[in-house]
Parts: sequence; structure tokens; C-alpha cells
Amino acid sequence: MADAKVLEQISQEEDTQKGKFLTFSLGNESYGIEIKYVTEIIGIQPVTEVPELPEYIKGIINLRGKIIPVMDVRIRFKKSCIEYNERTCIIVIDIGDISIGLIVDRVAEVLKIPDEDIAQPPDISKTSGNRFIKGIGKTDNEIKLLLDCEMFLQEDDIFALENIE
Amino acid sequence: MPNQNTSDSFVDMFIFESSQNIELLEQIVLDNDNNDVFSEDALNEIFRVVHTIKGSSAMMLYNGISSISHKLEDLFFYIREHEGIHYDCSALSDLVLEVIDFIKIELEKLRIGNEPDGDSKELEVSIAGFLSNLKSEHQASASDQASVSPNKKNIVVTDRLEKSGNMYEATIFFEEGCQMENIRAFDVIHKLNSIATDISHVPEELIENDQSTEIIIKNGFKVSFRSEKEYQEIKKILLQTLFLKDLTVKEISSPEETVKETADENTKTAIQQKSQKKDISENQVPLSSSIISVNIEKLDKLLDLAGEMVIAEAMLTHNPDLNGLELPNFTKTAQHFRKIIDELQDLIMSTRMVPLTITFQKMNRIVHDMNKKLNKNTRLVLVGEDTEVDKNIIERVSDPLMHLVRNSIDHGIESKEIRLQKGKPEIGTVTLEARNEGSDVLIIIRDDGKGFDKDSILNHAKKKGLLFKPEEEMAEKEIFSLIFMPGFSTKDKVTQYSGRGVGMDVVMKNIQAIGGTVNIESKVDVGSVITIKIPLTLAIITGLNIQVGDSIYTIPIKEVRESFRPKKSDIIVDPDGNEMIMVRKECYPIFRVHRQFCIETDIQDFEDGIFVMVEHDNKFMCLFVDQLLGQQQVVVKALPAYITKLKKISCIAGCTLLGDGSISLIISVRDLLSTNQ
Repeated sequence: MADAKVLEQISQEEDTQKGKFLTFSLGNESYGIEIKYVTEIIGIQPVTEVPELPEYIKGIINLRGKIIPVMDVRIRFKKSCIEYNERTCIIVIDIGDISIGLIVDRVAEVLKIPDEDIAQPPDISKTSGNRFIKGIGKTDNEIKLLLDCEMFLQEDDIFALENIE
Repeated sequence: MPNQNTSDSFVDMFIFESSQNIELLEQIVLDNDNNDVFSEDALNEIFRVVHTIKGSSAMMLYNGISSISHKLEDLFFYIREHEGIHYDCSALSDLVLEVIDFIKIELEKLRIGNEPDGDSKELEVSIAGFLSNLKSEHQASASDQASVSPNKKNIVVTDRLEKSGNMYEATIFFEEGCQMENIRAFDVIHKLNSIATDISHVPEELIENDQSTEIIIKNGFKVSFRSEKEYQEIKKILLQTLFLKDLTVKEISSPEETVKETADENTKTAIQQKSQKKDISENQVPLSSSIISVNIEKLDKLLDLAGEMVIAEAMLTHNPDLNGLELPNFTKTAQHFRKIIDELQDLIMSTRMVPLTITFQKMNRIVHDMNKKLNKNTRLVLVGEDTEVDKNIIERVSDPLMHLVRNSIDHGIESKEIRLQKGKPEIGTVTLEARNEGSDVLIIIRDDGKGFDKDSILNHAKKKGLLFKPEEEMAEKEIFSLIFMPGFSTKDKVTQYSGRGVGMDVVMKNIQAIGGTVNIESKVDVGSVITIKIPLTLAIITGLNIQVGDSIYTIPIKEVRESFRPKKSDIIVDPDGNEMIMVRKECYPIFRVHRQFCIETDIQDFEDGIFVMVEHDNKFMCLFVDQLLGQQQVVVKALPAYITKLKKISCIAGCTLLGDGSISLIISVRDLLSTNQ
């Protein structure tokens, strides 16, 4: 009985979170990630480098005693890197039991994008950065590239495989 | 869902109680290993334990376990009832040990969430066979006796049988907070089922009715039944109930007994009851309240938190806002705070420390089994088994120890005849010793067997192509350590216990995985000594912090030999560009940390930086770093799962938080040495 209540609560929570995206920008592009993955947003802080890692993993940070890796999304998407400034943010996301910080140029706002305004990404190529895009959200004057957070994790398995070879 | 949870906790409790009982049983049987007959105490204890296992497994509907323990109980019941009966003690021990193994496997299945579905038929048949042999032998001898003088005791028993038993009424109170009172009451009924008839109880519905638990807590659990057993026996059986707080047993009516006798018995039992109650309050109550079992995960978390607190304290007292202020009172309080935290941390560490006793005593069983199978005569001597080691380490040291003890008996200890020829005592001795040495624990396995044969090890290694060096250049230790190479096995014949050549390299790997080392000493015909050195704990280490560029690294202090500023003349560069340094006429490779870890730093010349000489397993290397920052106790944390999943970082053992909240990476000297040679 108690469990049913909790479930209800969770589903309600999911309902309120559904269709909401946190938008951020990298250079000229605007991206969105589902709000349910996001746990917090923090300013850029000193990152401890870890050797032998791919370039896009900048290192690890101390988030109130919890140590989490941070990824530079610019480098991940093969864009040129820029120097971090006071607008640079780390978006901390939780996928399953893994926490990871995403370094982005600027965080914009939380937007509600209804399902009917989300289009499938063009099926041009599944090889480049396109793999990360789950859909394209249309808002009043802009389009937002909606990211598939799970892909941040899965892609790395492929990297690990390449590494072994 | 809620149902699932409660049944899970039943299973957990069942596993916990049964494994303890099984261990106890094994201990009793092994203690008795050298005797020809079980003492009365031992028999009673075995009977009690087996009975408990039977009861609780039947309650949980694990039929395999319950039916086999039932058979075993029958057997011991018979032996116990016929005092002085003759039986083959060692065969009986083996039988019990087999049952123990069976139940252990079943419990393991439960633990990993499977159904205990093992087939106990074969074992049951052999127990039944043993019992029927015993019976026929005993009856043969008993009938001889009976013809001479009729046995008084027997007559009394049969008398009672005809009366079809007396009525009893028992009221049971369980300890507060023991939980699941209704199930425990059900267990009592289950126990009584085998000895009593006409059982009725209040509350009537135990399992079906949710309120039954409350009634039992409030009014106690009342049972009335008819049994052929005597008052004392009934009482004894009921006293075995777990978490028993209070018990009263009354004999209601015994029409054929004289009043006087009943009264007599009543006064007697009243006295006994008193003394028994006293026993309970003296022994059981403090025991159960002073020890609780805690989930290890909670302790891990507690330790983590204490680590956080150490860091938070440092961040607080070294806060940059305080710079330049004179705060005598603050400093005093801060020191006090620091002291409390230190004590707290020590205490938490000590809660995780477990004595090696259980691990060591498990070896008794191995020695017992191997003696039987290999027809050797070996005794095991345990020294310092109360030495305490971190729980995590104990779990991982058990398997390697088992391998080493097996090896000592199988390869080391000679057969009786050869031992006598060599003038050694007939019984071989394997000594298992543990003791503390600084922040390490030494575990020593010593045998007085034939020792390692250098030539045969060398020949064998040559055959298998494991030699990496000309044999005349190899030191004794290096030759011995060949047996830890994968694929090495000197015994031509593979026995059940050792000789497959997979054991020893696994031993080495397991020990190394917990940061330990293995050392072998051996003399032909005198014996061999294998010393395992493992750290007391993995969670907190003392480290030397070093800086390279903007990054800070920590080297475990145990592996640091010295640090020094080099002279330019001591540095050698070979034609391949490998840099080396001469220290006291020895030549060591140089490892530029900044180059290996790709860190930008201005300090490129050896004269501007400093060298740290590190050692692991007698291999040395000099690390070139920018500067030393000092020594500090650090709490080891694993790298985030995401990173370890991505790639195994070879030279980093983990990370830690420094006083200012920044992160330092812990260098694994062992990996560094092995990847750079």
C-alpha cells in the first residue's frame, strides 16, 4: 500500500517533469536535456586532471565530498575549445547510479516543449555527433537540439573497445 | 511487495542463524576429531543444533535441509538415548561433515537468491544405513544384557507409554524486540509436534492473524498439549526456543500418578526453574544485548562519513578567512574537535576489525579432510588467531590461505614412513601464525615437511618455458617465487586438492590485490615458511603528497624509501635516451612524472626538482617531481565508476580529498614499476 503511494508520487513527479528541458548553449547552437536527469548546476571549479583519459574527460571534481568526472561537451562534440569564463557551467546529471558533470558554455532556461513540437532528427549520418541527438525541439524563434543523455554513457563503451584494439 | 520484503527478511534471518549453527556444529565435530567417542556434552550440543536447524528449515519449507537434518537428528537421538553404545566415531564425524557441506551449499544457494534444490537422498540413505547398523549391533548386545538383568529404565519408559502421556500447559514469553513472535511461536508448535499430541494454543491462529504477534507480546504464548515425555524433558526442549525470555511449564493432570509424587516433582522443578531462570538472566541476556550484527555497508558508509569529517575539519580550521587572525580560543576548540574526530575515526576503524579466528579455524576442516584422503598425519597449530584485520581483507585472504595450507600438506608433509625414515616425528605439523607488525599483518604458514626442491623447480620451469633469466644468476628467493608463475605445477600427478597449477598464481594475485606480498623461505628436509604480509586496512593510508605542475599526487608512504636532490654528475643517459641515476653505487631508472602523466610544468631540469625513490617487492625506481608537499593521513576513495568503466587507469590506485577540498590522485607504485620495466 505504502509502495503504491510512493509509486504514484514518483509518476506524478515524472509527469511534472515530462516535456521539460534544461537548455544550454555551446557556441551558436542551443541544446536541451531532459530535466529528469539534471541534479544541479554549478559554476566552473578547479578540475583535477586524470592521466590516460580521452581528451573530452577533463578530470574529476569534488562535489561536496562526492567525486565525479566532468566532461567538456564542446570537445565531446568535436568543436573548438574556448577558455572557461564566469558563464561556464557544469551541469551535473545522474544516469542510473552514475553521476557526471557536463561543462557547457552557458545555461539558458528550463523550457516546456510539447511532444508535437519535437521532430525526429534527420537521418543523415549516424556516425558523427548526430548520435547524441534524440530529437529537434521547435520553440518560438529557435530550434533546440535535444540530447540523448544515455548516449553519453553508451558511446564510451565503443571508445573502450577501440582502446583495446 | 510488502510480503516479498518480509519473506526476504525471514530468509536473511534463517541464513544467518543457520550458518552460525552450522559453524558451531562443524566446530564441535572437529574438536572431537581425535577422540574415539563423543562426550555427553558434545552429543547434547550436536543434537540441539541439528534440532534447531531442522525446525527452522521446516518452518521455511526448505525440505532438503529439514529432511536431512531430521535424519541426522534421529541418528543422534538414538546414540544419546543409548548411553555407552559403541559406534565408529570417525565415520560418524565424516557423515556429519558431509551433511554440513550439503547444508552449506544450500545456504549459499539461498544467499545468492536461488532455491535450495539440492538432492539429499543419497546422504539420507547413508545416514539411515549407519543408524540401522547401529541399531542391529546394539540390539544384539543389548539382548545379551537383558537376559542377565532386566533393564529398569526400559520398564519405566514403557509404563509411561501405556498411559499415553500427561497434560502440560506452557506459557512462553519472548524477548522484547526479537520480532516475528508469531513465527517463533509456530516454531515452538513445530518442535512439540514430534513429541506431543492434542496440541492447542492461544492465540489460535498464528500466521493468518496479524494480531497474534501483539497478543503473544502482551499475554505470552500459551500452549497445552499431551506428551509421553517427562516434565524435565519437555522443559528442556522448550528452553531451546530462541529469544526466550520467560518460560513456565505446568503439569495439569496426571491421573495415575500419586499426588505426592507430583508435589515432589513440582517443588523440585520450581527450584530448578529458578536456577534455570537465573542462568538465563546471567548468561543469555547480556550476550544478546551486547552484540548486534550490522550490515557492513552501513559501516562502510560510516567510515566514509568519518573521512569526510576529517576533511571538513581541515577545511574549517585552515579556512583562508582566518588567515592572519589571532584566535586563541578558537584554536583551542579546534584542537579539541580534532581530537574527538581522531578518536571517532579510530573507533570506527576498530569496529571493522574482525579477528582471524574463524578464517583460521576453517583450516582445521581442510587438514582433517586432507589427512583422510591423502592418508597423512598432520596436525594444525594455530598461533595468534585473535589478531584483528579489516573485514574486507579477511574475506579476500581466506581463499589464498586455504590454497597454501593444502599445498603444505600435499607437497610438503611426507608420508608417515618417509618421515620416520628421516628421523622426524611421525605426525607432521603445519603452523598457522598471525601477528601485527606496524601497520601490517603477517600471516605465516610454516610446515616441517620436505621443503622446496630448488632443482626440481628449476627443471620444471625450464620445461614449461617460464625461466626469464639464466638459472645460475637466480637467487634462491627468485627460484622459489617461480611457483607463483601462472601454469606452474611441480606435482606430476594431479590430486584432488592441489597440483593443477592454477592455485599458486591465484594466491599471488589475490594477495597482491589487497596490497600484500608473499615471501618464501625453505630448507630441504627441514620445512618451508611462507609469509604473507598484508595491510591492516585499505581504507586509510599515510601518504606523501607531491606536486607536479598544478596537479597533486599522493604516494603511499610505505613505498617511499627516500627523497633527495640529485647531483648532475650522478645522472646517466643511455643511447636509447633512458635516464638513470646512481645512488650509493646502485643504478636506478628515472621516471619523469610530468612526462608520463602529460602535465605541463616549468620544472624540466633535474636540478630544479626533487627525486622520490619508491620500492615495491624489491624493485626500485626514482620518481622526478616538482616538489614535496608533506605527509598526511588520507582516506582512499575509488575513482568514479564512470572513469573506471571507460578505461582502466594503470598507474592510479584511487584518489583522495586534501585539506582544502582539492583532489589528489594516489599513485600505485606497483603498477608503475611493472609497466615501466
